[in-house]
Amino acid sequence: MDAPHLPTSPGFWRSPLRGPRFTSVLGLVLLVGITVLFVTGLLSYAAYNPGLSPVNDKTPDKGILGFYLFAWPTHPHWLYRLTQGVHVTLGITLIPVLLAKLWSVIPRLFALPPARSLAHALERISLLLLVGGGLFEFVTGVLNVQLDYVFPGSFYPLHFYGAWVFFAAFLAHAVLKTPAAVRNVRRMRGSEPAAVEGELVSPRPAPPTVSRRGALWFVGGGSALLFTTTVGQDFDGLRRTALLAPHGGAVPVSGPNGFQINKTAAYAGIDPAETSAEAWRLVVTGRTGTVRLSRAQLAELPLHSSALPIACVEGWSTSDQWWRGVRLRDLAALVGHEGDPPDLFVESLQRHGAFRRAALRANQVADPRSLLALYVNGEDLSPDHGHPARVIVPAAPGVLNTKWVARLTFGDL
Amino acid sequence: MRRRFRIPFGSPFQLLLLACSFALAAYAGVRLLADDWFGVALWLVGAALLHDLVFLPLYAVADRAVVRGLEAGRRRAWAMYVRVPAALSGLLLLVWFPLISGTVDRRYRSATALSPDGFLARWLLITAVLFAASALLLALRVRRATKRRPSAVH
Repeated sequence: MDAPHLPTSPGFWRSPLRGPRFTSVLGLVLLVGITVLFVTGLLSYAAYNPGLSPVNDKTPDKGILGFYLFAWPTHPHWLYRLTQGVHVTLGITLIPVLLAKLWSVIPRLFALPPARSLAHALERISLLLLVGGGLFEFVTGVLNVQLDYVFPGSFYPLHFYGAWVFFAAFLAHAVLKTPAAVRNVRRMRGSEPAAVEGELVSPRPAPPTVSRRGALWFVGGGSALLFTTTVGQDFDGLRRTALLAPHGGAVPVSGPNGFQINKTAAYAGIDPAETSAEAWRLVVTGRTGTVRLSRAQLAELPLHSSALPIACVEGWSTSDQWWRGVRLRDLAALVGHEGDPPDLFVESLQRHGAFRRAALRANQVADPRSLLALYVNGEDLSPDHGHPARVIVPAAPGVLNTKWVARLTFGDL
Repeated sequence: MRRRFRIPFGSPFQLLLLACSFALAAYAGVRLLADDWFGVALWLVGAALLHDLVFLPLYAVADRAVVRGLEAGRRRAWAMYVRVPAALSGLLLLVWFPLISGTVDRRYRSATALSPDGFLARWLLITAVLFAASALLLALRVRRATKRRPSAVH
């Protein structure tokens, strides 16, 4: 009757590790971990201030999925560095847990009968969204941070809407399974006898090559290895320990401009002729009209300093750099917005790139640490860091810190 | 009396929960599929199928081959000494494949001004260290075991 050479037979699956306890531990880790990933992901979307202007919003047809959006604050200045660093680093760290979890429940995929009831049939369809959606989110994220844009479309809508599809299935799964998982883990921690039951337990287990505890250490070891070779890309002092992460290892150049670059001037299509002292003029428009300023004229305005990081949506960041330039609110005052600066529309010289135009909210413009920077770490900005001038705003995602700024337009957007 | 075949419904709570979940998934799903519905559906379903029907069986078969090979030499207990470094090295390759394989070399270099050359070398070195550490631990364990059980035959 039982044909153990077919995966539909419980006897086909012989690992003695499989069982409700192993799956429950991994499931609870993912419950917490994926919840953090989802929340930090939603925060990242809010950090772009998508409600402010269409240029900030790569998912304009989001509907109610943007219900939670709020004006992104500028305090603490490392806020986005933290939330997005956690999002990407934790996501990479959870990969072994996800793989182990999927391994632990694989017999269920083949279990017969395919459906015991309508609810069971629907649950199995929901599991396709859970597994497919989860892998989709992990794969698109991992590819995007490596600049490998092979997925079918733009990263932002895929990862954002994909997250909601995945989360819908995740939520149902969590509600259905968490109580049992908690019970299993409680039982494990208590001194109850090792009851061997549950459909995941192999009816003819092979002799073990590792204990269940050992297997959990194995999964944790995989996570630890990924974590320690990735987390360094968020700290200048640890960068060399991020052995395989895209922004680990070396700095691109030495000297004051020697910190990580998202997109170089050449990549963004910046023509050096347009950024020369003779050619470049900053065009500032506001209530009282338009002012054109050369870089030398800008440098004669009151200059201020801010220590702020660059934090990228790809999950890497720099430690605080020492920027020097003109306050955005002083530039607003120059064109008639005294005291209470409005929103700001920033345009770059760059030819391509999704964020060659970006909008900043009034609270970001008003922050005294928000600068149109001319210098960094005591030297002129290098072309790759945005020479002649770039925006730097506390807690904002890297792409809103526009480089090679050509035009600033103050006013309601 | 006629007996009809009835489909069992299952838990009503579960049905309501799943209906709610599907409605939310569909709301996001129509937006997810708005541009290239076929490509996205292929990626989403393909990811699950590729993992469950190709990737997982492949590594399970490889693992079984290792355990069988060790069994043949009565060394089954050594499986973890092979499994751990192989799995950790494979995991790093899986996650960082675009960088290690060099498929994004040109874009990576021109966008970040960083050199893409070190990834393969670093992965190989990490792999070497993992296997070396495992071999060292195994050698220590074997040595300790032989000391504890001195040979009776001379």
